[in-house]
This record gives sequence, structure tokens and C-alpha cells, in this order.
Amino acid sequence: MEHRPLNPEADTREHLVVIGNGMAGCRAVEELIARDADRYRVTIFGAEPRVNYNRIMLSPVLAGEKSFDDIVINDADWYAANGIALVAGDPVTAIDRAAKTVTTRSGTTESYDRLLIATGSDPFIIPVPGKDLPGVIAFRDMDDVSAMLAAADAGGDAVVIGGGLLGLEAAHGLSLRGMKVTVIHLMPTLMERQLDEAAGWLLKNALEARGQTILTGADTAEIVGDGKVEGVKLKDGTLIPASLVVMAVGIRPSVALARDAGLAVGRGIQVDDHMVTSDPAVLAVGECVEHDGQVYGLVAPLWDMCRSLADGLVEQPSGYRGSVTSTKLKVSGIDVFSAGDFSGGDGCEDIVLRDASRGIYKRVIVKDDRIVGAVLYGDTADGSWYFDLLKKQDDVSDLRDLLIFGQAFAAGGGAADPKAAVAALSDDAEICGCNGVTKGQVVSCIAKGAHSLDAVRGTCKASASCGSCTGLVENLLALTLGDEVQAGPKTMCKCTSFGHDDVRREIVAQNMRSIPEVMQKLHWTTPDGCSSCRPALNYYLLCALPGDYVDDQQSRFVNERLHANIQKDGTYSVVPRMWGGLTNPTELRAIADVVEKYDAPMVKVTGGQRLDIFGIKKEDLPAVWADLNAAGMVSGHAYGKALRTVKTCVGSEWCRFGTQDSTGLGVKIERMSWGSWMPHKFKIAVSGCPRNCAEATIKDFGIVCVDSGYELHVGGNGGIHVRVTDLLCKVATEQEAMDYCAAFIQLYREEARYLERTAPWIERVGVEKIKARIVDDAAGREALRARFLYAQGFSQDDPWAQRAEGAEREHHAPMARFTPQEQLA
Amino acid sequence: MTGDWLDIGWVDEIPVRGSRTVQVAGGDDIAVFRTAEGKVFALRDRCPHKHGRLSQGIVHGGAVACPLHNWRISLSTGEALGEDKGCTPTVPVKIDAGRVLICRASTLKAAA
Ligand code: SRM
Ligand SMILES: Cc1cc2nc3c(=O)[nH]c(=O)nc-3n(C[C@H](O)[C@H](O)[C@H](O)COP(=O)(O)OP(=O)(O)OC[C@H]3O[C@@H](n4cnc5c(N)ncnc54)[C@H](O)[C@@H]3O)c2cc1C
Ligand code: SF4
Ligand code: FES
Repeated sequence: MEHRPLNPEADTREHLVVIGNGMAGCRAVEELIARDADRYRVTIFGAEPRVNYNRIMLSPVLAGEKSFDDIVINDADWYAANGIALVAGDPVTAIDRAAKTVTTRSGTTESYDRLLIATGSDPFIIPVPGKDLPGVIAFRDMDDVSAMLAAADAGGDAVVIGGGLLGLEAAHGLSLRGMKVTVIHLMPTLMERQLDEAAGWLLKNALEARGQTILTGADTAEIVGDGKVEGVKLKDGTLIPASLVVMAVGIRPSVALARDAGLAVGRGIQVDDHMVTSDPAVLAVGECVEHDGQVYGLVAPLWDMCRSLADGLVEQPSGYRGSVTSTKLKVSGIDVFSAGDFSGGDGCEDIVLRDASRGIYKRVIVKDDRIVGAVLYGDTADGSWYFDLLKKQDDVSDLRDLLIFGQAFAAGGGAADPKAAVAALSDDAEICGCNGVTKGQVVSCIAKGAHSLDAVRGTCKASASCGSCTGLVENLLALTLGDEVQAGPKTMCKCTSFGHDDVRREIVAQNMRSIPEVMQKLHWTTPDGCSSCRPALNYYLLCALPGDYVDDQQSRFVNERLHANIQKDGTYSVVPRMWGGLTNPTELRAIADVVEKYDAPMVKVTGGQRLDIFGIKKEDLPAVWADLNAAGMVSGHAYGKALRTVKTCVGSEWCRFGTQDSTGLGVKIERMSWGSWMPHKFKIAVSGCPRNCAEATIKDFGIVCVDSGYELHVGGNGGIHVRVTDLLCKVATEQEAMDYCAAFIQLYREEARYLERTAPWIERVGVEKIKARIVDDAAGREALRARFLYAQGFSQDDPWAQRAEGAEREHHAPMARFTPQEQLA
Repeated sequence: MTGDWLDIGWVDEIPVRGSRTVQVAGGDDIAVFRTAEGKVFALRDRCPHKHGRLSQGIVHGGAVACPLHNWRISLSTGEALGEDKGCTPTVPVKIDAGRVLICRASTLKAAA
């Protein structure tokens, strides 16, 4: 190889000094050499004591798939061959723009004609106690990788803080190296900047299946250890032991040198389209710059920047126009791709394909017939095709129907007509993988009269499980029946082809544990559902997994999120529980005090035998609750799909006609059933005799006391369509009345559809079915009762008390207050 | 910071698929939303239908469902979606190093 002489004194060319021997700095020099190898004398200063290497390949090095030598981009020969002086391991500490010199840590001063700053980024270290302990490292350069490898050799546990691209690649490498790894991520889903909730959920599952522990929504409080790292403590008090902590929570452009030198700096060093800073003699490139308000953290934009920079240096300016980026996660066996903007919004159409059995999720976001974003999980083969269409802004209206199936399909044109494809299948082709149903079987079941999707699902079971073959079955229906196809079952909402009952059954059958999991496994056609399905799914999961499921507050209607009823003017009403309609001076005094203290404009006796305080401001709610709690009162759930009131009459205690202690029984029943979440609101009443002063026969569960015991009534409703109860049965003792009530509530909780009150539910399934389950089947009744009481163990926690103590403060307090100087009209 | 933008706090203070409010003395609140994908939007906290507090609705996709009568309002344009017609003023938002900034002039206009 021919080496250029390194003789600075004799060299009269302009001197280009580069600070930063990383990806952008060296690439810029490569681009320059390609254009005009002789124009500048070049000196590169690098803080790292090594030649230029491919930083993104540090992950495969950590994972043991590559060695350092494999990832070197330019070895020592390259510097020599091109006459480039490399000063490695000696960072530049100051720039003197007036004298046009740079000075290094070792004291060397070098003068420049043009200066190029390519200092990259600094890892962000969260300012928690213990952050400086030995054993806490970032993931940025080869030294970090060496430190991680040494820690892995010593064995033990590692904690990675940050569930973004970098953190997950670090976690993957460390776990391949034998460490037990926990990832702590502040946000609810992994890689939230690149992936939507559905893909983030799939990714979390895949990583957990590989043995990593992934804690989302987890906030680091401190790193603990005596002289070295011993563990990480979360804000919720959890302590995770660790001998190594990798912080991968983000990067900040490395701008200190530039700022000290007085260059214009925003988030990064500000540059124009030719990578020139506020000083015409100084250029900057790479992650340290801010161009047009943007900073970048990926390599693709750097390549574009380096081209414009080199064009400018040889006086053929082209100009950089910003970059669109795409991301791939480098974890072997897990394919993730994301590009562009996936936040949806106006005029955006989501095309979603989910294949649960193959673990695939694809979402392409189209706006005005152009692709604006894509998120792919499990099958990323078409990532570059989508990215290309996105960058070119091609009109995709012709491809629209087949776009999501990928390039091979979409390019196939007419051959890919889905109906024709189904028609061409042989009779033994399997349609439904879950239930092993062939095309022949589906067609014959349609021929025998199953003329709707629901009917097919009910008879031969095709598409009744995971639902991924729903489209195929629909096509078979259309092919076999032509226009006769009947509309499918009433679906939950437009996000799914399944009805409520299917969804509930599958949640239990497949032991689903979260909303994104249901959406993935049941092929939701929207990324995060809508205001109809989300509250329903949240309830179904809550009911299926008592004590286990973490309620999703953002999937609850405002009243249930704020534990109060929203009013037309945006204030709230507050209804404390008054057990069985009983009250006492302490409670009444507390209510009176609250009304005065918070200026409540109205207090009213409700139709449910308790008091309602109106006009409370959202910010005041926790304080109001604290005051009511202090007098022993808890939430009345007047806002919830939950037990509302238990109305009672005076009963045998006082009334001359009373046959039993209806008041006492009402209180006991309310104590048993308060706090329970249900498909819809649920009201109970206990009347002391057939005169029925508590109106028990229009309640969801009503008890009418008689001399010989208790008549139990179900399915009553006041409201829009008044419905009188059906008589369930008569029992002899209070205990039986309570047991039947608990069993009935649980049956309703488990089997009614969300937002279906007991009256329409019973009309739909028939009271005989209910009697068979509650009255005739003693063992079944007992099991239902036991499940109800078990679930109650987790729900009888006064939500007001938690909030009054400061839980979920963000629901109540404004984020900021602004007092403008101007007078607002 | 110049006077054109109001710094209202950290992005993390807004729950994902949720919202917070900014109180403007003498005017309507501004509702600040954060979508599942982490985008932040700000609107006047007042539904074009019957003035429901949009900040209290369910956020899904790029829209919020009003808590009073379930109109869907686009977070980016403030327009009612679907069959419903109406629009609530939007306030430009920018994120700078994790801080949420809302446009001062639009805030005044929207709150007035
Ligand atoms: C406060 C109260 C009226 C009053 O001042 O007395 C009331 C107020 C409301 N009722 Fe009621 N209902 C109240 C007793 C009733 C009763 C009487 C009863 O419970 O004995 C009925 C008929 C009985 C029944 O439910 O079967 C009743 C049938 C309804 C209905 C129709 C339900 C139905 O199935 O047809 C609705 C609408 C709905 O739920 O969708 C409703 C809805 C409402 C809402 C929640 C309207 C809304 O969605 O915002 C009102 C909220 C007011 C608030 O913010 O506090 N309210 N409502 C009563 C509160 C009782 C309590 O202490 O919790
Ligand atoms: C583990 C890992 C995996 C990644 N994976 C991907 C990926 O898959 N895809 C992707 O697109 N991007 C990925 N990236 C990001 C990518 O590596 C960066 O975008 C890219 O390296 C930025 O180039 P740069 O030249 O601006 O900064 P760098 O490559 O960091 O170079 C800056 C150099 O300047 C040196 N320096 C700093 N200050 C001084 C000073 N005062 N004096 C002298 N020298 C100094 C630094 O030591 C460093 O060597 C990954 C990053 C890491 C760390
Ligand atoms: S009857 Fe109508 S107006 Fe009166 S509280 Fe009930 S829902 Fe509101
Ligand atoms: S006020 Fe918003 S929908 Fe009616």
C-alpha cells in the first residue's frame, strides 16, 4: 500500500482538524477523500484509544457474534495510506476560535484552517443516588463493552435501566453471556418511541420467554451498594440485586466543547444545510448537531450529512435536507422494524394485520394515499419496501387492499384476489388451524345451513378460536352462498370481528393477561382499540384475573377514573356510602362540613337513599374524600359499573308489619358486595314485607321478607324500560339469602356482556337458565359464591382513601397554571 | 426561553393515553394529551358539542372521546370526527429535552 508522507511542516495545504474519531467524523473524511484526496491536510483527534470502528456493531460484539477486529471500519493502514494524522486517546479540551487552534488534554495545541466537530453524544445518566458507584456503566463505546464482559465473567445479576433499542441490545448480550438480566423501563411499553403498544407487548413477551425480567412502568429511585453496585431500588420500594447496572436511558448531543467556544448551540450544535456552524471556519456533523430543529440518534442521517458536508468542502454545495429514519432491533431471532410516524391521527388510516399463531403484527399507516409510517413485528421482510414507498411518497392507492400482505402479494396484482385464492384451495386444505377444520368441512357446514360467520363458528368451530381465519371463512361463505350471506354476529365494536361472548371465552381459555395481548391474539384491526372495546376488555380481564390483573386506568370512563360523577359543567358530584340507607350524626356532620368548606352549591337526597354533594372541583376531590374518610365514610360508587346502593326499609325492628330485619340484612349485603366491578351498575333492595317499600321488585337483586323467610327476586329495572323482577326462589335464612345473592352477582359478572344490565341479560338467556345455575345446582352455586368472595378480597379497598393519600395525584391536579398579563375576555 | 412558548412541565407527567390540564387564569383550561405513541397535543378543554371537558375523555389512536356524549375529537386538528360537526381550538406543542412547551399566543386565544 502506498503511504503518503506525514510531514506537516512541508505541507502547505489547508489544514482540516477533526474532533471525534467516530462514525460521522471518519465518514466525513472518507467522503472528502472520495471527492478530492489532495485538497486538505487532515488531522483527527479521538478520545478513544483506538481506530475508527462501527459503533452499532458493539451489540453483536457484546452478544459474542463478532469480535472487535470484525467491526473496525478503518484500520491504521487507512490513516497512513491517506496521510491522515490520528491522535487517539487524547481528547480535545478547548477550541480557540480567534487563534484557530485546538488544545488536547495532554497539552498539545494544533492550529486549523477548517475545524470539524464530530463528537457524537454523551449517554444520559439519571441523577439518582448511587449513580457514580463502580459497576454502573453506560453503553456507548468499546470500553463499556469490555466492562460488561468482565462483569459477565464474574457472574451475577445485571440490571439494565432503559427499555429502548440500546438497553434491549445490552440486555440481550448480557443474558447470552450468562447473566440474569432485569430490564427496568419507565414507560408502559418497550421501545415506545419506535413501537406502538401492540408491538411493544409482543416484544416484551418474547424477551420474557428468553428468561429476561422486564419491568415496565418502573421508576428507579436509587442505586444501592457499599463501595460498589449491589442493587437497584425502585420508587415502589422493590429492590433488585445486581452486580452490574447498565444505564441506557438516552443520549444527549455532546456539545460542551462547542458551547465553551461560543458557537450557537440549541439541543445540538446548530448547523446550516452544509453542516457549517455559526462560525464559517467550523463545521459539525453527526449526533452532536442540530439541523433544522432536529437531532438524530441513528447512522443513516449521518451518511446524508457527510455527503453534503464533503460537497461543501470541495465547493460543490448540495445541501442536506433532513432525514427520515427507520429502526431495526439487533436481537437475533426477534424481528422488529419501525419507520416514520406511527402516531396516527387525522386522515390517517391504519392497516393492521395480526397473526397470533405466528406471532406477527404489522401496521402500515397511510395518509392521503401515501405511507407515513410502519411498525412490523415478527415478519420484517417487507420493512425496506415500506420504507422505500414512504421515502419516495409513492401513491399506494392501487396497492391499498394488498399492501399489508407485503411486496410479493401486492406485486402479484390480480392473482392475489383473496376470493379467487380461496376458491383455488383444495377441499382438504386446512382453513382453521386451531380446530383442524378443512375447506371441505366448512363448505359442507355452510351447505347444511350455517349461513353466517356465527353459525359456522357454532357448528364446525372454524374461526371460533384465535380468529385468524375469519377472512377465509367469510370468503367461503361468500363463495358458497353468493348474496345470501347473513351479517355476522354482532361484534364488540368496529375494532374486531368477534362478539363479546367470543372475546370473554377466549380470554379465559387462552389465559390472556393484558389488553394488548387480547388485541393481538384476537386480531384487533386497530392499534389500541376504541372507547367502546377498551373499557369492556379492561373489565373482562379484571373479572377473569382477580388480584392479578393491573387495572388500566386509561381504559376507564372518566367517572370510574376519578371515582366521582362528572357533571355538565365539568365539576363532580360526590356520594359517600350510607350502608343500607342508615346514617348517624357523625356522618351527617361530616357531610355538612364538606358542603360548607368546599362551597358545594347543592346537597340532595338521592333516589338510592343517600346524600349527593354537588359541584365539587376536580382538584378538591382528594381533600373532600379525606374529610369524609375521617368520619368513617367510603366511596358510594355512584359512578361505577359496580354495586350502587342497597335500599332498605325499616323492617321488623320498628315497622308494625315488618317480618324480618330488612335493614340489618341490607347492611350485611352491602358490606359483602360493595366495591365489586360489574358489567353494569347493580342495585339491591331489601323490603321487610310484601308491601315492598324499598321497591325490591325493580332491582337487580331484590329481597322481599315474608314470615317464613326471604323471597329472592332478580333482573328488575327502573329506568327507561321498567321491568319487574323474576322470582328466583324462596329461602329460609338470612345466610342463604346472602349466599344466593353472592352467587347471582358472580354469575352476572362472569357471563353478562359489558354494559348489559341484569334485566336485558336475563331476557336474553332466560330466567330458567339462571335458576338452573343458582337454585338447582348447589355445588355450582357454592363455587360461584366462593369465587365472588375471593374476588372481593381484592376489591374492597376504598378508592377514595387511596386517592386521599395521594395516589394518582395526576388525575386531579392541573399540570401547570398560567396567569397571563393580558386581560382575558 | 423566549416568551413565545410556555414551559408547562415534563412529558412524563402526562399519563400515556391520558391527559393533564393547564389552568389559564380568567379563561378555559387547556387540555394536554399524550397518545399511546407518545405524541403530545394540546386543545382547549371544551368539547364543541356541549362543552364537555375533553381532558376527561378516553384517548385512543389520535382522538379523544368526550366524556359527556362520546363525540370523538381529533387531537391534532380539534375537529369532531365521524358524523359529528364542530371544532375546538388547538394549541401548538413542542417538546424540548423532555419538557412540554405550548404556544403562548394560541393558549391565550384558545382560553379566551
Ligand atoms: C343521583 C341520582 C338521582 C337522584 O338525585 O336521586 C341519579 C343520577 C344519575 N343517574 Fe340514575 N340516579 C339515581 C338513581 C336512579 C334510580 C333509582 C334507584 O336506584 O333506586 C334509577 C332507576 C332504577 C334502576 O337503575 O333500575 C336510575 C336509573 C338511571 C338510568 C337508567 C338505567 C336503566 O337501566 O335503564 C341511567 C342511565 C344509565 O345508567 O345508562 C341513570 C343515570 C344516571 C346518571 C349517572 C346520568 C349520567 O350518566 O351522568 C346520573 C348521575 C348524577 C350524578 O352525577 O350524581 N340512572 N337512577 C340517583 C343516585 C342513586 C344513588 O344513590 O346512587
Ligand atoms: C451499542 C450501540 C448500538 C447502536 N445501534 C445502532 C443501530 O442499530 N442503527 C443505527 O442507526 N444506529 C445505532 N447506534 C447509534 C450510532 O452508533 C450512532 O448514531 C453513531 O455512532 C453516531 O456517530 P457520531 O460520529 O456522531 O458519534 P460517535 O460514533 O459516538 O463518534 C463520536 C466520537 O467522538 C469522540 N469524542 C467525543 N468528544 C471528543 C473530544 N472532546 N475529543 C476527541 N474525541 C471526542 C468519541 O469518543 C467518539 O469516538 C448504536 C449505538 C450504540 C452505542
Ligand atoms: S333522571 Fe335523568 S336528569 Fe335526572 S338524574 Fe337521572 S339521568 Fe339525570
Ligand atoms: S359535550 Fe362533548 S360530546 Fe357532548
